[in-house]
Amino acid sequence: MPKLTVDGVEVEVPPGSTVLQACEAAGAEVPRFCFHDRLSVAGNCRMCLVEMEKAPKPVASCAFPAGDGMVIHTKSEVARKAQKGTMEFLLINHPLDCPICDQGGECDLQDQAMGYGYHSTRYDENKRAVTDKYMGPLVKTIMTRCIHCTRCVRFSTEIAGVTDMGMLNRGEDAEITTYLEKALDSELSANVIDLCPVGALTSKPYAFVARPWELKKTETVDVMDAVGSNIRVDARGAEVLRVLPRLHEDVNEEWISDKTRYACDGLKRQRLDRPYVRRDGKLQPASWPEAFAAVAGAMKGLKGDQMAAIAGDTVDAEAMYSLKRLMGEFGSTNLDCRQDGAKIGGPRAGYLFNTTIAGIEDADAILLIGTNPRWEGSLVNARIRKRWMQGPVSIGLIGAPVDLTYDYEHLGAGPKTLSEIADGSHAFAKVLKAAKRPMLIVGMGALAREDGAAVLAAARRIADDSGMLIAAAKDDDGNEIAAWNGFNVLHTAASRVAGLDLGFVPGADGRDVAGIVEGASSGAVKLVYLLGADEVDSDFGDAFVVYQGHHGDNGAHGADVILPGAAYTEKDGLYVNTEGRVQMGVAATFPPGEAREDWKILRALSEAVGKTLPFTTLEDVRAAMRKDHPSFAAIDTIEAAAWGEFGVAGATDDAPFAYPVDNFYMTDPISRASKTMAECTEAFVLPKREAAATGTNG
Amino acid sequence: MSTKPIAEAHLQPDSFEWTADSKAFIDKVVAKYPAGRQASAVIPLLDLAQRQHDNWIPLKAMDAIAETLSMPRIRVMEVATFYTMFNLAPVGKWFLQACTTTPCWLRGSDDVMRCIKDKLGLSANYTSTADGQFTLLEVECLGVCANAPVVQVNDDVYEDLDYDLTAKLIDDLKAGKAPEVGSMSGRKGSMSKDGPTSLVSLKDSDGVPAWFAKKQASAGGDD
Repeated sequence: MPKLTVDGVEVEVPPGSTVLQACEAAGAEVPRFCFHDRLSVAGNCRMCLVEMEKAPKPVASCAFPAGDGMVIHTKSEVARKAQKGTMEFLLINHPLDCPICDQGGECDLQDQAMGYGYHSTRYDENKRAVTDKYMGPLVKTIMTRCIHCTRCVRFSTEIAGVTDMGMLNRGEDAEITTYLEKALDSELSANVIDLCPVGALTSKPYAFVARPWELKKTETVDVMDAVGSNIRVDARGAEVLRVLPRLHEDVNEEWISDKTRYACDGLKRQRLDRPYVRRDGKLQPASWPEAFAAVAGAMKGLKGDQMAAIAGDTVDAEAMYSLKRLMGEFGSTNLDCRQDGAKIGGPRAGYLFNTTIAGIEDADAILLIGTNPRWEGSLVNARIRKRWMQGPVSIGLIGAPVDLTYDYEHLGAGPKTLSEIADGSHAFAKVLKAAKRPMLIVGMGALAREDGAAVLAAARRIADDSGMLIAAAKDDDGNEIAAWNGFNVLHTAASRVAGLDLGFVPGADGRDVAGIVEGASSGAVKLVYLLGADEVDSDFGDAFVVYQGHHGDNGAHGADVILPGAAYTEKDGLYVNTEGRVQMGVAATFPPGEAREDWKILRALSEAVGKTLPFTTLEDVRAAMRKDHPSFAAIDTIEAAAWGEFGVAGATDDAPFAYPVDNFYMTDPISRASKTMAECTEAFVLPKREAAATGTNG
Repeated sequence: MSTKPIAEAHLQPDSFEWTADSKAFIDKVVAKYPAGRQASAVIPLLDLAQRQHDNWIPLKAMDAIAETLSMPRIRVMEVATFYTMFNLAPVGKWFLQACTTTPCWLRGSDDVMRCIKDKLGLSANYTSTADGQFTLLEVECLGVCANAPVVQVNDDVYEDLDYDLTAKLIDDLKAGKAPEVGSMSGRKGSMSKDGPTSLVSLKDSDGVPAWFAKKQASAGGDD
C-alpha cells in the first residue's frame, strides 16, 4: 500500500492506484477532461497536471502510478501554472459560443475554465473550424468544440462494444468521427453525450430546448425494461424534456439505454387525458362519474369468475395491488400479469435474476437461453460485456445467433440443445460443471411459449447439476466463500416481478391470459379489466373491456370504457426490477388533463362499485401491500431468494426460441408513441429488416 | 497541412484482392508479432496495399487489412489518416512531397515551391496536374536537412534543389526518366561540395584522405 503526501495530507492508497486517485482520496480536487473512472486511461488532455517533488516537470496525475513516499502538490504555483497553461491551449481552438451551446451550464470546460483558466486569451490567430459529422438521429455534433479527449471513442469501443468511432488525421487536423460518418449503431450510443466534457456531442432531440437551470430534476427509475435503471427526469412545467442516468453501481452504473433516454417524447403524444365511454359503438368523451357508472353497470350482477384482469408491462406495484384487492372483493381469481404468456411463477428464486446484475462480474461461465440481452436488458448485456473484457469467460447462447458485442459460442437454436446440456451430453455442460461460478440466464423467448414450463424445469435442472447453487461457507483456510445462485430470469417487463411478487397470477381455478382470451370469446368471461395491458393481441369477443392506462394504444382501441391513468414519470410508485430489487419511482410532472394516478382511480372505482378499498393515501396502499407481501418492505436491497421447486418437467417442442424483442426501439406504448424512437427504428431497424428480407447483407 | 482527402465513392474500386506476392509478404510480416498482436502489422500492410494499388489505398483495401488483421476498420483508418505517407485518394504517377520545414525553408524551399507552381501549376496540397502525371503535397521534415531543400518523388528523395534544378527534375520526370537519386547539384552525400573538410589530418601524401580515395575507387571512380 503506497503512502504518499498530497497537499500536506498523508494518504494510503491501494497498490495500482494512480496519483489522481490518491489526490481524490486526500480530498484534493484535480481538473480533468479525458480521464473517466469507467474508461481506460488515455492521458491526452493534460489537464490533470500536478507537481511532484523531485520530478523535473509536472506529471499527468491520471496516468502516473502512485508510489510510496511521493510528495504531490495540486495547488502549488507550478501545478497551477501548468493547469492554466493547458487550459489556455485547450481554449485556443475552442469557439466562444457558450451562449448558443447546449452544454452551457453543465459544461466541464466552462466550469474548469472558471476555476483553472486565465480571464482572457492571448491568442490572436484564426481558430480552426471542423466540419460536423453525422452520428445518427440521437447525437448532434458540433465538432469545432471538440477538445479530443477521446472519451466517446473509448466508450464506444470499451463499454458499448461498437468499434465505429475513432480519431482521424493528427495534430491540428485531428477529428473525431464515426467510420465513414455512419450512424453510431449501438443501443447505448447516447451515453457519449453525457461523457463529452464539452458541447461537441449533444443531444439531437433536445437541441436548443432548455437550459439546465430551468429544469426541475426528479430522481426516479425507468420502466422501459426490467433492469430498473436509475434515472433523473428533467421537466419544465408539465413537460418531461429529457431523461438522464443516475449512478447506481449495482444496476446501471452510470449508463442508460437510448430507449430509456429518448422514449420520453412519447409521453406527449397519444395520451389519454380524459375518460371515454363507448356509446353507439363509438368511444366518446365522458366525465369520471359517467365512466365509473358505466363500469359499475357492467360489473353489476357478475360473479367473480365472469370477471378477469390483466396487468400491463409498465404498471406500478401499488396499482396492481389495488386491482388485485378489488378483483378479490368480487371473488375473481382470473388475474394475470404475464401478457406474453410466460410460464413463470412459484417460488421467488424461480423468476428472479438471482445472481444480481453486479454479480455477473464474478461469473466465469454464462449460458444464455432464448434471450438476446442486448435488446431485452441493454445494461445486463453491458455488464456481461464488462465481465468479458475483464478476462476469460465462457459464454454460450441457445437461440438465433445475434451480435451481442462480445464473443460467445452458439450452441443451438432451441430446446433440443437445452435438453442436451441438461442431460450432460452437450460439451457446454462440462464447461458449466468445471466453472467455479457458473450462471445461466433464461429469457422470455424461452419461457413465453407452450412448453415454457418444461424449458424452465430444464434450466432449473442445469442449475442444480452444474453447481450453480453455492451456499455461503468457509474454505479450508477459513476464508469466506460467498453464496452464489447462478439461476437467472431476464424479464422484459418492468412490472413483471412486482406482479409475480404480489401474486397477480391466476388463483385456484383462475384463468391466465390465454384462458381469459378464450373465456371472453366463448362468453364465459363477461368483463375484462386491462390495467395498462397493451400487448394482448385480442379483441376479447363480446366481453366488456375496461382499459385503464395512459396511451391510446392497442389496449384502448377495443375498450368500452377508458380510464386515463398516469405514466411512470407522473406518479409515485414502486417497481421491482428483474433482480427483485424494489425501487421507488417519483412523480416528475402531473398526469395530463383529467388523468389520475392509477391507485387513486382504482380506489375511486371501488367506491363506485360498492366495494370500497380500505385505503385513502398512497402510504395506506403501501402499508397494506407491505403487510401482505413483506418483500416490498425494503427499498433497494436484495435478499437472496430461497431455492425451491418450479417448472414442470416434460416434453419440449423442437421449435427454436424466438426472441421477444424484435424492434428494440419500440416495445411499449410510450416508446411506440415517441418520434425519436420512430427515427431510430428508421435508421437502425428497418435497413436491417430489408437486408434480411432481400437476403443481402449491408 | 490540411485534412487528407478520401477518394469519392465513384473513384473507389468495387473490390480489392491481395495478390499472391502480397499474401506471401503478409504471412511473413504477421508472423513477426505474437499471437493476438497481429494489429501491429497494420503499417506494413497499408504500405503493401498502397504499392499494390497505384500508390493509393482504397476503402476496400482498408477493409481487407482490417479483416486480415482482425481489427476494426476505424482503427485501420486512424493509422492510414495519421501518416502523410499513405494516400487515400488517387495521386499522379509522380507524387511530389516538398519539404518546407525550417531548414529547407532557410535554404530556399520557397524557390522550389515557386518552380513547381510555375512548371506544373500546383500549389495546394493534394492537387494534380490535368494529365494526372503529378500530385503535390507540402510536407514537414523529411529528415534530409543537411541537403536541404529536398523534394521526395514517390520513394526517392532529391536534394540540394534550387529553382533551376527543380525545373530540371520536373522536366526529366515529364520525359519519363527519373534522375539519379540524391543530390541534384552533384555533391556526394552531405559532404561539402568542394570535397572533404573534416578528418583531413588523416590524408595521405596525395592530399586525399585514404578512406575517401578507397570509397572513390569502390564507386567506380567515374566522378
